Amino acid sequence: MAEEFKRPSGRKNDESRPIEAEAGVIKAADGSARFKIGDTEAYAAVYGPRELHPKFLQDPKTGILRCNYNMMPFSGDGTRVRPGPSRRSKEISLVTEKALIPVMNLEDYPNTVVDVFIELPQTDAGSRCAGICAASIALADAGLVMKDMVPAISVGQVRRNLIVDLDGAEEHMDENEGTDIPIAMIPSTEEITLMQGDGIIDRDDLKKALEMVKPALKKIAEEQRKALLNKYNSTGDQK
Amino acid sequence: MGELIAKEKTTVVPGQVIAKGMDFLPSHGTYRLKDDVIANRLGILSVEGKVLKTIPINGRYLPRKDDVIIGKVNDILMSGWRMDINSPYSAVLPLKDASFDYIQKGADLTKYFRLEDYAVAKITSVTSQNLVDITVKGPGLRRLRGGRVIKVSPHKVPRIIGKKVSMVSMIKNGTGCKIIVGQNGLVWLEGEPDMEVVAVSALKKIQDESHISGLTERIKIFLEKTLGKKIEEQAPNEDNNDNKGHEYVSKREENNKHPVPSRTHNADKPVAEKLTQKTEEN
Repeated sequence: MAEEFKRPSGRKNDESRPIEAEAGVIKAADGSARFKIGDTEAYAAVYGPRELHPKFLQDPKTGILRCNYNMMPFSGDGTRVRPGPSRRSKEISLVTEKALIPVMNLEDYPNTVVDVFIELPQTDAGSRCAGICAASIALADAGLVMKDMVPAISVGQVRRNLIVDLDGAEEHMDENEGTDIPIAMIPSTEEITLMQGDGIIDRDDLKKALEMVKPALKKIAEEQRKALLNKYNSTGDQK
Repeated sequence: MGELIAKEKTTVVPGQVIAKGMDFLPSHGTYRLKDDVIANRLGILSVEGKVLKTIPINGRYLPRKDDVIIGKVNDILMSGWRMDINSPYSAVLPLKDASFDYIQKGADLTKYFRLEDYAVAKITSVTSQNLVDITVKGPGLRRLRGGRVIKVSPHKVPRIIGKKVSMVSMIKNGTGCKIIVGQNGLVWLEGEPDMEVVAVSALKKIQDESHISGLTERIKIFLEKTLGKKIEEQAPNEDNNDNKGHEYVSKREENNKHPVPSRTHNADKPVAEKLTQKTEEN
């Protein structure tokens, strides 16, 4: 491994970008949150549980989770992101849902749906992770039963160096050689609920990378919890 | 030895470790993972001896039997009315529970309830799939005419009603409005238009500040200030028909300090359930 490697941002290899998290930003929603990591910012709004239509989508055993990921037209590098669903946004909506469902329990709400809307006003790599982080705060804010928060962050390999939380510049450093792996984890059990991969990585490096993200993920989970506590303590907690 | 990590009556968030060790038992809103008791929803921590549970502060209303609620007619069916009860589930008001009259088959049901009519109703049954039946036969239950309906958080309803209906009576006496609070977070009020506005802002104030202590006193000061008159410590048991709804509600509140067990996380099968009930009997 090259010792001389310096990240464009000047961060340490296992250092994430600065994080801001806030709960309850959208008043009309049942739960909402804003999650910002570096220049990537996600808003999430949760509505429900509510009646699900069309009826054939209803599940009499449990409520269902429905996620919608969307990048705003001006959110990218300056070229307009075409609005509306795309192959990419549909895929990310799906993996977001799969990343969150393992902590949720909607059995108290059969035949209903919980809608999660994720909007990104600004993106600089790691947008699906930011979306999952925001969504998980918003779901907790909506008072739903969930056994833990779900933090998510990317880990990757650029010029044979493992780094946590790639930003846009790092993602494009290696032309098409760099590797980018978004990860979501349940902190209490260390179960991984999202792992995708773009690029090539050795088995050993992958194992190292997975160990390397854990502290970053746990730190994000703390930020998520802090955001929720701030919302309810800012007006003074009951003593 | 077990150790309580979070403080009682503070806000806890999902995934937060509340206590370590087997000395504590998880109840609603908490679950055990190995040796730890962990919160699985946002709420205020309550500690009763060994039993740990959280009281939710957010979320939609889930219908429960015997709740007195306010509903709005959504649809007229063959044999009753479908009502929106500010919940993920709608309720059905069957013919037999709508009126003391005999209603002929094929009669015009709009004679009793029209679309968008509001009513105070009581939940008669809730099935496992959350199909809800309600009745408007009973003391204090009726169709609502005039006035206005506002939404509040269903989890703040106990605070709005207050101990022995004290809070809502204070607002009623102060503003001269008739007020009915439904368990589902809908509140109906009727009075002088400017007094309605005062009552609504008092209700909103309760909702926003319910977690700060000294609530009753602050609401009293607020009402005195806006109304410019002293508010008497009110005498209980007014002979006002509109109070009846609350008497139901407050009785239920007292009987129901431990809510009906809900189906929650698998890891969270309330071991503590039986224990709490036993201690209650003693």
